[in-house]
Amino acid sequence: MVEIKCINKSFDKKQILFDISGKFLKGKTNLIIGASGTGKSVLLKCLVGLLNPDIGEVLFDKRNFTNGSKNLITEIRREIGMLFQGGALFDSKNVEENIMFPLNILTKLNPKEKLEKVNHCLKLVGLEDMNSKMPAELSGGMKKRVGIARAIVNDSKYLFCDEPNSGLDPLTAIKIDNLIQKLTHDLNTTTIVVTHDMNSVMEIGEKIMFLHEGKKLWEGDNKNIFKSKVKELNKFIFSNRLMKKIKN
Amino acid sequence: MKNFGKYIIFISSLFKRREPFKTYVNLSIGECIKIGYESLFIVAIVSVFMGAVTTIQTAFNLVGPLIPDYTISLVVRDMTLLELSPTIIAIVFAGKVGSNIAGELGTMRISEQIDALEVMGINSSSYLVLPKIIASILMYPMLVIMSAFLAILGGYLAGIFTEVIAGEEYIYGLRYEFNSFNIPFALIKAYVFAFLVASISSFQGYYTTGGALEIGKSSTQAVTKSCIAILIADYVLAQTLL
Repeated sequence: MVEIKCINKSFDKKQILFDISGKFLKGKTNLIIGASGTGKSVLLKCLVGLLNPDIGEVLFDKRNFTNGSKNLITEIRREIGMLFQGGALFDSKNVEENIMFPLNILTKLNPKEKLEKVNHCLKLVGLEDMNSKMPAELSGGMKKRVGIARAIVNDSKYLFCDEPNSGLDPLTAIKIDNLIQKLTHDLNTTTIVVTHDMNSVMEIGEKIMFLHEGKKLWEGDNKNIFKSKVKELNKFIFSNRLMKKIKN
Repeated sequence: MKNFGKYIIFISSLFKRREPFKTYVNLSIGECIKIGYESLFIVAIVSVFMGAVTTIQTAFNLVGPLIPDYTISLVVRDMTLLELSPTIIAIVFAGKVGSNIAGELGTMRISEQIDALEVMGINSSSYLVLPKIIASILMYPMLVIMSAFLAILGGYLAGIFTEVIAGEEYIYGLRYEFNSFNIPFALIKAYVFAFLVASISSFQGYYTTGGALEIGKSSTQAVTKSCIAILIADYVLAQTLL
């Protein structure tokens, strides 16, 4: 479980996050949703340690990630897998080398064991026999899948996904969402997904945190999101015609 | 001054939270190929022509009835060792390798590859930059030695073909009153310039923010700042060591 306590973050005297607290549950896909510019990605960066919150703490299974010792921070970081918006694959390495990278750096497995793990992860994300492809040869969806494979190859306990289906067609986006949810359940990871895609919310939102202008306004799941009385959340959900039609 | 302070902090961060030694050996070998081997052609071309032009221009300006012909090769030798090979080639090196380093790291920064390394618990600056600095410090002095040899050879060939100096005279001039300190001096310069080019370019690339336009700006700034640093260091070293 990942817990955040009173996270505040400012840039150049402009406050982006205001007192955000909450819990992200193990074995569930936890979503952070909100419109663009509400601080979702900043919160995610605070969670994974790419940014330090001005005030507040991030706890990974009760271990203090924000104010912990350097060794503890490194230990926790090595339990984190992250899927970046663009995949963030290393351009100079092929698919196999990209996925094997965390194993080369963080483990002492022999080459055969590493290759077995890589092939297992490739199978999980449905990209068998793509080992020798370079990132430039992959489609957007494939890059995300390779990014997911790299994020889970080191048996990560925590999986973070930053806009996993941005730039993808609806069909591929749903496939990626379902893949993330399946991996979360199968591997029992604490998965945190940042998204503004309502399809994702409905598809995989087992626990949802809604941010608006840097503040947490609502928390719940995809079953009760439509029952919310929060004006900003309703405006966000029913922003397109299709959702408005469903509402009516 | 703020940027200089940030640069010093950046350099010190390279030595914190390092990965195992073997990792750096493997990465440094790869960087040596990129930085050294792939610069051979441009360094060779520039060096040969640099020596040839120095010979012809020296002959044009200096030779008279009272000045012996071997003065030409003496001037070529000393200019090559003291200035042309370490400094001019450093500027070429900054243009080729420096812009490449800044572009590579800038692209990695904006495509979140550096963030990916940090999330994995890897000190990205140390992992990415230290091998480039090591490779640069190892390879650039070799390039300077090769450049000095080729520049003197270029001068010899130009002298012979244009008949401004005979081969024996050229060789005699090369040996005449040779100050052996010029070689360690050139190598000291090479080590300092190599460090400056690799570290400044890495610094520029590593802290790129924005998009494709900013990567271009980082590359340009890497070359500009490296050249300025080279010229300042050149003056300081000449003042203190000669």
